[in-house]
Amino acid sequence: MNRFDYVRAGTVAEAVQAYGAGARFIAGGTNLIDLMKYDVEKPGRLIDITRLPLDGIEAHEGGLRLGALATNAKVAYDDRVAAQYPLLRNAILAGASAQLRNAASTGGNLLQRTRCYYFYDTATPCNKREPGTGCPAIGGVNRIHAIFGASESCIATHPSDMCIALAALEATVRVSGPQGERTIPFADFHRLPGDSPEIDTNLAAGEIIVSVDLPESKFPQHYTYLKLRDRLSYAFALVSVAAGIELDGDTIKTARLALGGVAHKPWRNREAEALLEGKPATRESFQQAADLIVSEAKPQSANGFKIDLARRAIVRGLEQAAAGTPQSLSDKRIQ
Amino acid sequence: MLLEHSPPVRADTGLAITLTINGQRRELQVTPWTTLLDLLREKLDLTGTKKGCDHGQCGACTVLVNGTRVNACLTLAVMKDGAEITTVEGLAGLGNRGGSNALHPIQEAFIEHDAFQCGYCTPGQLCSSVGLMNEGHAHSREEIREAMSGNICRCGAYTNIVDAIEDVMQGAAR
Repeated sequence: MNRFDYVRAGTVAEAVQAYGAGARFIAGGTNLIDLMKYDVEKPGRLIDITRLPLDGIEAHEGGLRLGALATNAKVAYDDRVAAQYPLLRNAILAGASAQLRNAASTGGNLLQRTRCYYFYDTATPCNKREPGTGCPAIGGVNRIHAIFGASESCIATHPSDMCIALAALEATVRVSGPQGERTIPFADFHRLPGDSPEIDTNLAAGEIIVSVDLPESKFPQHYTYLKLRDRLSYAFALVSVAAGIELDGDTIKTARLALGGVAHKPWRNREAEALLEGKPATRESFQQAADLIVSEAKPQSANGFKIDLARRAIVRGLEQAAAGTPQSLSDKRIQ
Repeated sequence: MLLEHSPPVRADTGLAITLTINGQRRELQVTPWTTLLDLLREKLDLTGTKKGCDHGQCGACTVLVNGTRVNACLTLAVMKDGAEITTVEGLAGLGNRGGSNALHPIQEAFIEHDAFQCGYCTPGQLCSSVGLMNEGHAHSREEIREAMSGNICRCGAYTNIVDAIEDVMQGAAR
């Protein structure tokens, strides 16, 4: 690990003030310290924000405000989250391990970096780690890589489970920085790689996430987080589906669907969501939506299997959500 | 690297922090890049906590920070200033056993259920088990297995580890 300055901030303003080129904010540290051990991240300064008063969870405009420093475990086991946003709870608990969820923060979860092997391996080129050096994942070992929204510069995927649920729940990210406070709709928070894959999000330099705000709950019953991976626990998604449905009898009133493990950001397709609305909640409707979504998929040399996997996961996820039988967190059989 | 608007805070000689480790208050000087794991093992001779992967993937370094289980390898010691740390060396001292040499119930249960072979992952498994019981979210065997998935055992003692945890949880419930 490289040597760095350490600053412990007492207020958000102090933290923003301490920021400069090469600095990083640190909260849970579960991703940043790991990356520092690999010399992927080499910050000149760490600004410890764990003492800021941002770990609360409170009612906010009919929904819930999750403080940026609330740990993943605290959010997942909050009674209000369990009752109103079980989709978020299940997505969080599908990710990482209990130890990591006890340390990892809400804000930090949004800022996780890709687990692309080449990004982590400083002996190889990587446009995300060293812009302009190339992407050996293209044509290389790319079984885990993106099938949606990739570019010629980068085919990495976004690693978070929590963020896939937050995309489906249409959360808002509140940030504070040198220019003051602003809010970012979740769909605009993460970005596609384009020709600047070194930039994961639309957070500006020196900005800190202060909260993630959830709108009024719409999917307390009809939801699922279905995560498919190489082992049954403690592994990143090959494909995951966060689905929330509002039903009017047997008719779909609202549908929200986000996919994980398939793109540089949580992947949503508004056309597919619109297609579902007003349709009967049947397998046929779900298949139409799934076909529409995967029609945009572009495989790499070794991840073509993800297209059919995604199609089937979308249908199964929507079936689970419609039936009100979300994927179990401990019984991993997919019903 | 120094920034213009802020005084230098790099501390090659170390920053002063206080940790209570296994009930003992310690005044320490640590460099900011020292992980809690390296502090325990290299500076304090508490080598019960093991370094496996050093990347948060194996759980061998699991300790309790204020009663909550975390990976010591992904924790900077300086960030835990003021915290209470419990390592495997301190488990027997939990629960007011008044100076006796008795093991923690989970340690006795691991022996009883043959819940290890080589023993390398065991300190992490033990601390993780205590953390799991403190959390109180896992009840069934399936839930215990899922909640222990951050602790890898390459000898494959998983079934017996779950038996041991279940035994202690049932004992506590009796």
